[in-house]
Amino acid sequence: METAPLVRELTEARGPSGYEAEVRETIRRHFAAHAREVRVDALGNCIALAPGTAALNARPSIMLAGHMDEIALMVIQIEKGFLRVTEIGGFDPRVLFGQEVLVHGRRVLGGLVVSVPPHFTDPAEREKPVPLNKLFVDVGLPADEVESLVRVGDLITLRPRWSTLANGYASCKSMDDRTAVAVIVLCLEELAQRGHAWDVHGVATVQEEATMAGAITGAYGIQPTIAVAIDVTFGAQPGLSPAETVKMDGGPCIARGPNFHPVIHERLMATARTLEMPVQVETLAGPSGTDAWGIQVSRAGIPCGLVSIPLRSMHSPVETVCLRDIERSARLLAEFICRLPVAFADELVIPDALGAERT
Amino acid sequence: MKEIIKKLTECFGPSGYEAAVRSCISAELPKGVEARVDAMGNLIVHKPAAGKGGRKVMVAAHMDEIGVVVTHVDQKGFLRFGNVGGVRLNPLMGGRVRFADGTIGVIGMEKVDDASRLPALEKFYIDVGAASPGDCPVKVGDVACFHRGFEQLGTRMVAKAMDDRVGCAVILQTLKVMEKSPNDLYFVFTVQEEVGLRGAATSGFGVEPEIAVAVDVTLTGDTPECPPMAVALGAGPTVKIKDGGMLAHAGVKDWLMRTAENAGIAYQREVLVAGTTDACAIQVSRAGVPSGCISIPTRFVHMPSEVVDAGDVEGAVKLLSAALSHPIDIGGEKS
Amino acid sequence: MLLEQLSEASGVSGHEEEVRALLLPAIRDRVDACRVDGIGNLIARKKAKGSSSLRVLVAAHMDEVGLMITLIEESGLLRFAKVGGIDDRVLPARTVLIGDKKIPGVIGVKPVHLSEKGEAEKVMEWKQLSIDIGASSKAEAERLVQRGDYAVFATEYRSMAADLSAWRTVQGKAFDDRAGCAILAELLSERQDFDLIAGFTVQEEVGLRGARVAAYAENPDVAVVVECTGANEVPTTRDVSPSTRLGCGPSITIRDNSFIADARLVELFTNVAVQRGIPHQFKQPNIGGTDAGAIHRSRAGVPSITIAVPARYIHSPAAIMDLNDFENTIALLREALPRLSGALTPLRRDA
Repeated sequence: METAPLVRELTEARGPSGYEAEVRETIRRHFAAHAREVRVDALGNCIALAPGTAALNARPSIMLAGHMDEIALMVIQIEKGFLRVTEIGGFDPRVLFGQEVLVHGRRVLGGLVVSVPPHFTDPAEREKPVPLNKLFVDVGLPADEVESLVRVGDLITLRPRWSTLANGYASCKSMDDRTAVAVIVLCLEELAQRGHAWDVHGVATVQEEATMAGAITGAYGIQPTIAVAIDVTFGAQPGLSPAETVKMDGGPCIARGPNFHPVIHERLMATARTLEMPVQVETLAGPSGTDAWGIQVSRAGIPCGLVSIPLRSMHSPVETVCLRDIERSARLLAEFICRLPVAFADELVIPDALGAERT
Repeated sequence: MKEIIKKLTECFGPSGYEAAVRSCISAELPKGVEARVDAMGNLIVHKPAAGKGGRKVMVAAHMDEIGVVVTHVDQKGFLRFGNVGGVRLNPLMGGRVRFADGTIGVIGMEKVDDASRLPALEKFYIDVGAASPGDCPVKVGDVACFHRGFEQLGTRMVAKAMDDRVGCAVILQTLKVMEKSPNDLYFVFTVQEEVGLRGAATSGFGVEPEIAVAVDVTLTGDTPECPPMAVALGAGPTVKIKDGGMLAHAGVKDWLMRTAENAGIAYQREVLVAGTTDACAIQVSRAGVPSGCISIPTRFVHMPSEVVDAGDVEGAVKLLSAALSHPIDIGGEKS
Repeated sequence: MLLEQLSEASGVSGHEEEVRALLLPAIRDRVDACRVDGIGNLIARKKAKGSSSLRVLVAAHMDEVGLMITLIEESGLLRFAKVGGIDDRVLPARTVLIGDKKIPGVIGVKPVHLSEKGEAEKVMEWKQLSIDIGASSKAEAERLVQRGDYAVFATEYRSMAADLSAWRTVQGKAFDDRAGCAILAELLSERQDFDLIAGFTVQEEVGLRGARVAAYAENPDVAVVVECTGANEVPTTRDVSPSTRLGCGPSITIRDNSFIADARLVELFTNVAVQRGIPHQFKQPNIGGTDAGAIHRSRAGVPSITIAVPARYIHSPAAIMDLNDFENTIALLREALPRLSGALTPLRRDA
């Protein structure tokens, strides 16, 4: 299917961490179109199963994980009709200032993120950004109406504004990490046309931005043989060093580092070379900040890989991607999966290290 | 409930040394109830379901309190110390601590060059009246709790360790007064919450519940120039929506709020910006446990004088009992 | 000597292959089974000599802190990131060895003559530094190293003390925790009356990752972590104790930032040390963390303790350790392990 409409549908949907029901519904529909079964687990992960063809008693499985939740705000107090907020996930308050938001109260209200206007502040304060605890959301209604429509604990999301940019680029809120969910949908679509030995669990996880609870518990429940997380990473932009960024439209980024099994990294790279696809290496020296960090240490350990989509302006309303990188990531994963022999699972561990030494 | 709260708050129980609290709670348990202690020291009380069709629910409150641990005995018999859990610096100077054997100490502070800033923990020391390491009754590794008695202030109660002995009192009282339940209930008095939710993580794994509810304290927004929060003493127990470590499961939160509304129990909606509870650890246990929390609004949390309202405490017992005594609907597969 | 080889091996968190390759031949004749799991832990089993069903996990981590190459610049210089906790102040003017081929490189510094006024007051942040391997272009550099390669400090193992010294100090890198690995390998010479699972873990320095996985898989009843812990005896005017001291024997952890040791195990090790006349000390509470932090909260909980060899300047290019302490650590563990079965009297509700 067409990439742009899929990504747009996913990014415009609502799904703050802990309250992913609306976007989960959209995802479930897409998963169901290409997978044999779809289920939702205890904390709300949406899990598609595309069974493999290997014999049932010797069939390894791969879990693909992309998170469906988005960063958001939550009402902590209502003061004279203005909403005081806290964050769910990490915002730069300078990015929130002046932005349009949606307040999900008894009905959805439009709002603006505001602060005391500059004319009324100290000159010294004007030099500094407004911290989150001095920002309010103004829904433009009388205080008593606000009290009847909005309550403590209500969620506030960024108003989606999709922009189709030149050259196959697009911008919207929640490209982090709905583009990854799109990758899983496109991958499942391709897998449905091809044969693969391994079972594939395509998982749209919850709460990655807040607690990683979805990936941690999802991996525990599924118990896959291996996992590949799909997330976004920092595309080159002014002010950032080349050591910490990747190229936009440079292809999917395959990560190296303690979070990732070197054999899985190698095989993903080799698959990209076979497809003559542009691909990049991302180095992550510590926690990856993705679902892979939680999945790797589930139960007795799950070897992981990470495929990342280059993205500019992360955690802002104008996250920007090149749609080709999404398509490439999906094709790469589909090819990787289709080429996995059952025996690949044996390359990742040494069950009998003494015997291996003796032979 | 004043008596049990007084008894529990006055127990010695910094994280890792909860035996006295466990013993006090055990003595209060209904006769013949099934109770065991697991490898970490959690006290796990099982109230089997009366009837069928219920869910397996874990209710948790932590026995441990914050305190201090001796890191060095100096040449003049003064003790240097580290924190056990989130000890706040402001109330230390001149405060008193109590060690397991009853030894009392006073907290002193080195001179400060800059009176406008709080000094670091390294600048404090404890005086137990010793003159040298040789005559000091305390050694490196010994822990102490803050030493303050229980007082009543009208309908309010103040003590050290309301966090979370008041929670223990609530779940203990619920266990005693609640009617028969179709649900299979585990009342778990956990250890080491203040140092990383350790007892909750392991007991959550061991009990393997379908649903979990923690009972802990939360802050209030009703004292002078405090950070904004829409929770006040005396306006009822809270149902937690979010805190610094977790998002309460939406279905669990809705179930607790619905229960309160149907039973006419006043409650407050809680969003806590910093700090978390045992529910956070239980939620990510195994394949996931829908979890929530009922909190007791508390002023001056993690200070030696924490203040709660008796009505809020009673309300929490009523809410928890009502919630556990009936069939539970937390939603499920969203269609 | 195994300790020397282990110290000089390259094994940064995430790439412990060389350390595994040294340990496997050292232990293969001492164990009944051995496996490498999906994160790289080397896990060996030595069955009980009797019929006890007690399972004891003894763990030491194979990984060390180090660097990872993140970028190869057009100039041929390399940019890097830190793996694990390294104080930026030990980085300037170091020699490092990169990758499996151990390509040498140096972390260059501005000459003091050309530094600007006030610059000497500021710490050189890791982000400002680069590694020079002598390549004059990106292409030249790429023939020798690649992005994602790991680098270790180039430190040789050497003896410091002369024959007449009361201390037998040695200097080297990665005593944290290759000393623990060497001790664990040594302990495997003896068969116990319980199943001994030796966990040579990975990725401790980036979050106790290997230990968490190993503990879940092996499901032990009790755990002993063998570590190397910091001794900070540089003179100060304040009357405070160093965390541990050289020459005073193995340290017993009562509590650190990652866990509280099981009181019954602390009592056991203390009593054994006293009865057997083995010098010992208590690590100052609330400092650092070890694999016990992950193991003790595995599944439904595992009573755990950490026993450590003191060393000065851990997490820096060169640490100093006393072999007397090293051997006393082995002695304490040798004496205490056989008494583990009796030590774990069950916890009671009413006490």
